[in-house]
Amino acid sequence: MSNNEIKSVTATGISLLLDDIDTDRIIPARFLRCVTFDGLGEHAFEDDRQQDPAHPFNQLQFQGAGILAAGRNFGCGSSREHAPQSLMRWGIKAVIAESFAEIFFGNCGSLGIPAVKASRADLEKLAAAIQKNPKLEITVDLQKLTVTAGDIAFTVTMPDSARDALVTGQWDYLGRLLNAADKVTEHAKTVPYLSGFRA
Amino acid sequence: MSDKRNLFNKVWDLHTVQTLPGGQTQLFIGLHLIHEVTSPQAFEILRDRKLKVAFPERTIATVDHIVPTGSQARPFLDDLAEQMMSAIEKNCADFGVTLLDLKDDRQGIVHVVGPEQGLTQPGMTIVCGDSHTSTHGAFGSIAIGIGTSNVAEVLATQTMFLNRPKVRQVVVHGQLAPGVYAKDVILYIIQKLGVQGGVGYAYEFAGSTFDVMSIEERMTVCNMSIEGGARCGYINPDQTTVDYLRGRPFSPKDADFERATPWWLSLASGEDAQFDDVVVFDAADIEPTVTWGITPAQSVGVSQPLPRISEVAPEEQTLIREALKFMGLEEGQPIKGTKIDVAFIGSCTNSRMSDLREAARIVAGHKVAGHVKAIVVPGSQLVRRQAMAEGLHLIFEAAGFEWRAAGCSMCLAMNPDKLQGREVCASSSNRNFKGRQGSPTGRTLLMSPAMVAAAAIEGHVTDIREFAGAAVC
Repeated sequence: MSNNEIKSVTATGISLLLDDIDTDRIIPARFLRCVTFDGLGEHAFEDDRQQDPAHPFNQLQFQGAGILAAGRNFGCGSSREHAPQSLMRWGIKAVIAESFAEIFFGNCGSLGIPAVKASRADLEKLAAAIQKNPKLEITVDLQKLTVTAGDIAFTVTMPDSARDALVTGQWDYLGRLLNAADKVTEHAKTVPYLSGFRA
Repeated sequence: MSDKRNLFNKVWDLHTVQTLPGGQTQLFIGLHLIHEVTSPQAFEILRDRKLKVAFPERTIATVDHIVPTGSQARPFLDDLAEQMMSAIEKNCADFGVTLLDLKDDRQGIVHVVGPEQGLTQPGMTIVCGDSHTSTHGAFGSIAIGIGTSNVAEVLATQTMFLNRPKVRQVVVHGQLAPGVYAKDVILYIIQKLGVQGGVGYAYEFAGSTFDVMSIEERMTVCNMSIEGGARCGYINPDQTTVDYLRGRPFSPKDADFERATPWWLSLASGEDAQFDDVVVFDAADIEPTVTWGITPAQSVGVSQPLPRISEVAPEEQTLIREALKFMGLEEGQPIKGTKIDVAFIGSCTNSRMSDLREAARIVAGHKVAGHVKAIVVPGSQLVRRQAMAEGLHLIFEAAGFEWRAAGCSMCLAMNPDKLQGREVCASSSNRNFKGRQGSPTGRTLLMSPAMVAAAAIEGHVTDIREFAGAAVC
């Protein structure tokens, strides 16, 4: 499955350096009334954009951006995979944040969206550079765990398991889990509540 | 030799199918709860890949998020809601999964239904495509919210990959003062540890304050673990847990129950259990708590003023300014007396019998303030029926509350129950995020159901300890 390998992402950037951005803000619940993820991209940050004409996602110069620079605890709140789905369908291919909420981070991994952590100081530098030059090309390198953009370069972090899955193209977790079906059947026999509490 | 593992690690080890070289665990899932919002795309993945549900008997579905709490005639007025309802009906029929739908009197909010039916038991691993799955930790289980890709994985394999989190013991000692409820305890913990304090951790709630709580109160606490950043929270099983489970439809029966009981109790973290971190609070420091901002950590005791911007850490000031502006509140002002427009009693946090009984006790003999729209949404059809058997609906209706059908309702407003414009809602739910209750500019004040009841009567945020009608007990 080498075509699934994600070793680096290069794109222009968009920054939203606010803290505790929750998934209701990324994709308001009314847009979850759907049976597919199609069409969620146009509603990313819908309510925030309505209330703030200056919202980065409203700005013409950032349409087409692929790398999002975000703040602390990005994606907190609900488990809705609709949140990273809407960002991905808007065009986001990687997120660099000070930190992530766990379920959101896991959902990004399921979709092949690298989510890497950087220091606040580095994020602020990157955000300033994006503001100055929206066409600035940014590269998130998952093998070196670095971000480079013009004359900016800094290191980022990501748990090994999540990084390895992307770099080796094994982020189709379902396929890997299915391979262990026999082990699962055996394991189920050892679970007390599946065996009349005799196990 | 005593087992120094805490409950979390015992249960995790028991469900470990394999550990990958990268450290991830393939974890067997004992109970998979599904609902209409986060499952349709997962079933499509199974169809695309020609897969079956691996353990249909360990999977149970209900409908809650989009359910109208007024008229439930089909087709629903909302075409999109109707489409989602049809999808889960077809998916469950096609894949052999039991669905507790609107025609089934066991239907309700998934996190109310699981415990009520005895599906939720100590020592289980429980997942659901919903972050408030942490609720089920109240029984001493590992219960976590998952995304839709994970839902597909668990449907197809009954397992998923997870990294083992660290475990933080959150200890609260002492007796809660009159008028202070389980909701206040968890709001206080989140206020102290922050909305991201729990990232990377499971929370074990321990100490005498939780020991004396009912299972319903423990569910309120564990429910909001995720609001503190912890993907799961739990309380060790004890006799209260065992007593709750006895006789429920999916609980073990007879000899099985007798064998289950000692096993359940044996899972509890021992005196010498080890934790990655321990924090200790005193119940005496907790008062009725109300959120004033746009994250669940932005709360104050009801007698306290809002923070002043200059008094908080510089990195927090931007968020506080944003919150004050959105809420239309001033730094340093009291929260008490803040006018409300809507009162909502419901949600997976606070829609169970004990919540409704307490709220009814407070509103009995009073009238909802003229400018307030007040609704009560029971957590399940069985809660609704029991409340009606006790006459609680008559008390609520006499006071001017609307008495609705079971569902998630105005907690996240995926159904027709929504705030309008900039309305302020006193809410017993779990999230005060911008726009959460259905109006992009709507404002939410989280508090206990008793405090919502008092606010509905007075028309503004009220200290339940001073509320005229309620002899606080």
